[in-house]
Order: sequence, then structure tokens, then C-alpha cells
Amino acid sequence: MQAIQEITKPDLSPLHLVQGPETRPVIQLEHIHKTYTMGDVQVHALRGVSLTIREGEFVAIMGASGSGKSTTMNILGCLDRPTKGSYILDGQDVSEMTKDERADIRSHKIGFVFQGFNLLSRTSAVENVELPMLYAGVSGSQRHARAIASLAAVGLAGREQNHPNQLSGGQQQRVAVARALVNNPALILADEPTGNLDSRTAVEVMEIFQRLNRERGITLILVTHEPDIAQYAKRVIVFKDGKIRKDYQVEDQRNAAEELKNLPVIEDDEEEDE
Amino acid sequence: MNLLMIIRVAFRALQRNKMRAALTMLGIIIGVSAVVAMVSIGQGAQAAVAAQIDSIGTNLLFVSAGAQNVGGVRSGTGDTGTNTLTVEDLDAIKREVPSVSMLTPTVNSRGQLVAGNMNWNTSIQGVSEQYPEVRKWRVQSGEFFTESDVRTAGRVLVIGQTIADNLFAGGDPIGQTVRVQNLPFRVIGVMVRKGQDQQGRDQDDIAFTPYTTVQKKILGSPRLQIAYVSAVSPDATYTAQQQITELLRQRHKLNANDPDDFTVRNMSDVAQAANETNSTMTMLLACIAGVSLLVGGIGIMNIMLVSVTERTREIGIRMAIGARSSAVKSQFLIESIVLSLMGGSIGILLGVGVSLAIPRMLGWPTLISTMAIVGSVIFSVAVGVFFGYYPARKAAALDPIDALRYE
Repeated sequence: MQAIQEITKPDLSPLHLVQGPETRPVIQLEHIHKTYTMGDVQVHALRGVSLTIREGEFVAIMGASGSGKSTTMNILGCLDRPTKGSYILDGQDVSEMTKDERADIRSHKIGFVFQGFNLLSRTSAVENVELPMLYAGVSGSQRHARAIASLAAVGLAGREQNHPNQLSGGQQQRVAVARALVNNPALILADEPTGNLDSRTAVEVMEIFQRLNRERGITLILVTHEPDIAQYAKRVIVFKDGKIRKDYQVEDQRNAAEELKNLPVIEDDEEEDE
Repeated sequence: MNLLMIIRVAFRALQRNKMRAALTMLGIIIGVSAVVAMVSIGQGAQAAVAAQIDSIGTNLLFVSAGAQNVGGVRSGTGDTGTNTLTVEDLDAIKREVPSVSMLTPTVNSRGQLVAGNMNWNTSIQGVSEQYPEVRKWRVQSGEFFTESDVRTAGRVLVIGQTIADNLFAGGDPIGQTVRVQNLPFRVIGVMVRKGQDQQGRDQDDIAFTPYTTVQKKILGSPRLQIAYVSAVSPDATYTAQQQITELLRQRHKLNANDPDDFTVRNMSDVAQAANETNSTMTMLLACIAGVSLLVGGIGIMNIMLVSVTERTREIGIRMAIGARSSAVKSQFLIESIVLSLMGGSIGILLGVGVSLAIPRMLGWPTLISTMAIVGSVIFSVAVGVFFGYYPARKAAALDPIDALRYE
């Protein structure tokens, strides 16, 4: 996978605070405004957000509901367009793109992980992972091989043919991560990925994110309202009332892999049954 | 995202809900099979009538006494009460109309046939020696009577198979004597078995004798009911019809304003009338079956609409991971076409099966129509496109953010 070439950049330790100046920006938001019209009322969801996220960053976006973090997430994910302002994703201005152009951008540059997993039901794990490649026009044999590799990368080798209802929540979320990874996106957007998971499984998923970020240099944006989950990221951005309130590097980043070693393994039989 | 890929996606989506797909298809299956079967029945009936008319001969004309309306008095054609068609008229036709090759008058009577200790009541028809050729009905054994028998009003009889079976069970009727009204007749021939006509009447329950014999020795009246006339070729029937009409009007001394006191019809008219009746029936049957096809199409639309609502989240997922609106639209449209096309194919098989079974189970002739099959395929695809378009458009118009949030 192409990500392997990108690992050759300077190894950043988990506690490294300052990004190297040589990494290029993946996301550049400038004075983004988003206004919704609900009946006669105009709701200003975003009031001038400017933000740069560089390649290899692991950013947590936090904020109370109504703070604008979901709107930011939708705009970052090219699901929505800003009312005002410019958004440059991976060197391309996407703020003026049409619906179809944004679909293509989502297909090639963005991987999504949702709170509710959002896998297709009655469809095997491998087929779920193949889905984005279907829309990106990847050929059949390549699709299958890449889906298998992607599942292996999140520790689900051997579970390819399982349907979502045969997988635990953590496993389902890992299928979703594999699906997000499979087109080698410039950016993975995770919207409350641990919201539906118990604490140990949440740490497991964070471990995968940290590993992908560390080993493959994948740029990650994590939307969460849990401060302790945000501590797994390298940088935290806090939204309030449609503006960025705080933007800081995490000083004592949590290491999910280390924590997993110390966590007692409880009810592991859930993964063994079937 | 090419078409093949979209078709695969559509197939997988349908596979995920096999029961629903099968039930949706059922509407189309029933509709298409009904259309195919109904058209087969209609065309079978048409073909049977056409074959029968063809066997009678398309160069055949009927000349009958009387007309629908003579001087304000309506009289049926061939009515025994009218005396407007005579042997002399027929002789004149034979002599003076070049497009007529053969003709035979018919004089109908009924009588009791007695042979030994057996007897049988049947129709005795007086005809000329040209009857077998005009009506394309051959003698199986013995021979038909000749012109001299007609001239001399000979007491000779040619009988149908039913009479042969009933009077001479097993034995050879040729040369035997049969008494009709106490007059002895000699049996000289037996006709080929013809079977039942379309109304189920036994066509073999009939005896032929020279028309002169019936007129002079059985009925004692010179009346004629109907004459069968052969034109020289099928193309000549209209000419013959015109020439006969002119000749008879002249002979009957009718003024230009007088209506005909006779009727000349040709087989093509009869064939056309029969065909029209049958086409109307076929159309009617096909239309009724078509309604069920329409209902099947509405069933598809209904299920596709439910499916779009139910799969809103799936549509959201697909769009979020890079499906264009057009890909989503194509997927749902193709799902609908696949449903209708598969239903249509199964429906054709079922319809053909029913069409093959009907002659065996009900005894009706059927003719499987390629037109109906091709038409059904085209129609079912059209149903899929037409009734799938609206739900597909609805799916494509969804906003991915709302769709993802949909519970």
C-alpha cells in the first residue's frame, strides 16, 4: 500500500509535541461559516472557523452538542458545503464542488467511521470493506485482496465472511475502520467511534487508530465528547458556539497499547463463540 | 462505477431480501403468464378457424335463395319458402360465368333410412356429381354418383361414416340396398370420416343422393336451398361473385332499384368475419391479462418505495463512502428492472407451460405466440423502468447527512 512509502518521514514519538515543519497540510479551513435556515430563523452553526491540519496529525474535536463540531465534521467530510469560506482538502478546493464531485472526493480521499458502525446488514465483512472500492472503480480481484488485507490490518483475519450480526460491537467497528482504510484515504474521519462501545473495546479501537497513525502516518480526525478519549489524540480542538475555543497539543498522550496490557481481559469468550 | 458493477450491487441487495423479492415478482409472473396464455388461447382459436376455412376452400362461394329483405318482407337466406333460386339459374351460371369452375346445388331433406332390420334417421342431401370436388370431401370406398345419375334421378346413395356404422355395423355397405320412404336405393359409396364441426355436430351423419332424386322422388318439389360454387381460383372469387349477381339479377328481371332476391357470399367474407370475432376476443383476453400486469407493476413500485424508506441508512452509507447520486439511482432502477425482468421470464415459462397444458386439460387449441413473448419481455422491462424510476429518484435525492441519521 502506498502508505508504506510515507512512513519514511521522521519517526514522531507519541509524546512529540511539535509537528515537523516539512509535513504538508491536509486540511485548510479559512473563515468557514455555516448558516442553516429553519423556517424563519437563521441558525449560525459555524461563525468563522479557520484551521489547518497537517499530514500525520491525530486530532480530537471536542465540544458540547450545538457547539458546531458535527457541522465541522460534515464539512470536513465533504458531506456538506460551507455557506462562506474556503476549504482546501489535500491541495484541492472542495468548498465550491458539486454533489458528484464531492462524492468522488469522499470516495478517494476520506474514510468514515461512525458511532453506529453503519455497516450494511446481511452483508459479509469482506463485502462491506469492498464497498468503497466498488464506487472508486477498483477492479474485482484487487478489491477482494485489498479488503482481506485491510481486515487483517485491524486484526480481523479469519472473520471475513461473518455478517455484522455475527460480530461483537468492537469487531463491527473494526470492520468499519477497515472499510475507511481500504481506499488509502488522505484522511480518516471518526465520528464518536467509541460512543457505542464498552471501555475496554473503546481502548482497543483507539489502539488501532494510534497504530495506523503511528505506523502508516494516516491523518486522523476524531470527534468525541469524552475528554479521556480525546487524550489518545495528539492535538485537541474544542468548539463552542460555532467557533474554535481551544486548540492545543496533548501533553500526556495516552498510549492505548500500553493500557491494554494492563487491562484485565474480561469476557473474552465473546470473541471466541460462534 | 460501471453498469456491470451496479447490476451486481442490485443483485446483492435483492439477495438480502429473497422472500420480498419473490413476492414482488409474483405480481409480474402472474401478469405475464396470463398475457402469454390468453394470447395463446386466442391465437389457437383463430388458427383453428382459419384451418377449417382453409379446408373448406377459399375459392368457395355460396349462392342461396332469398335475401335479407324482399319487398319489405324479411326472409332468411336458403329459406324453403322462397323459390327464387332454380336449377335453371344454376345451369345459366355454369354456362355463362367464366370464372366459375364447378357448382353443386343442395336440396335438404330428412328421412328414415332402413337397411334389413336396422334403421336410422338422418339428413339426406341432394347434390350434384361435383359436390366432392367443390366441398373438398372425398369418397373413401366405392364411388360418388355421376352426371348420368343426376340426369336420370337415379336411386343411388353415398353415405357418411356414421350411417355406415349404424346401418351396417362392421359389414361392407357398398352394393347394399337401403330403403328411403319405401323406395329402394343402392349404396354406391362411403365418404371419408370428417368428425365434428366447430359446433360439435357430427358431420358424418349425412347421406348424399342426386338433387334431382330428392326433388322428384323424396320431396316432390323443385326448390333449392343453397348452391356451392367454386371459382377457378381464390383470386377469382370476387369476380365470380359480381358476375353471378349480375346474371341472376338479369334472369330474375330485377330493376336497378330492386334489392337482390338471392344472396351470394364468398368464403373470404366468412373467414374475415370469423377472424374479426376471434381477434376481438384475443384482444379482450389480452387486455384483461394486461390489467394484472399493470397491478404487478404497481406492486413493484410499492415495494421499491418501501425499500427506499427502509434502506435510507444504507443509502446514506453508500453516499458517504463515495457513491454518486446517479449510482444510487441506477442501483434502485436496476433492482426494479431485475425484479420485473426475472418475474417476466418466469412468467413466460409459466405462460408457455399453461398454454401447452390447456389443449390436454380443456381440449382448446392454443398457439404460443412469439409476439406475445417478445411483447411481454419488453413490457416487463418497461414496467420495471416506469415503476422503478420514481423510487430510484427519491433514493438519489436523499441527503447523505440526513440519511445517515435516519433511524
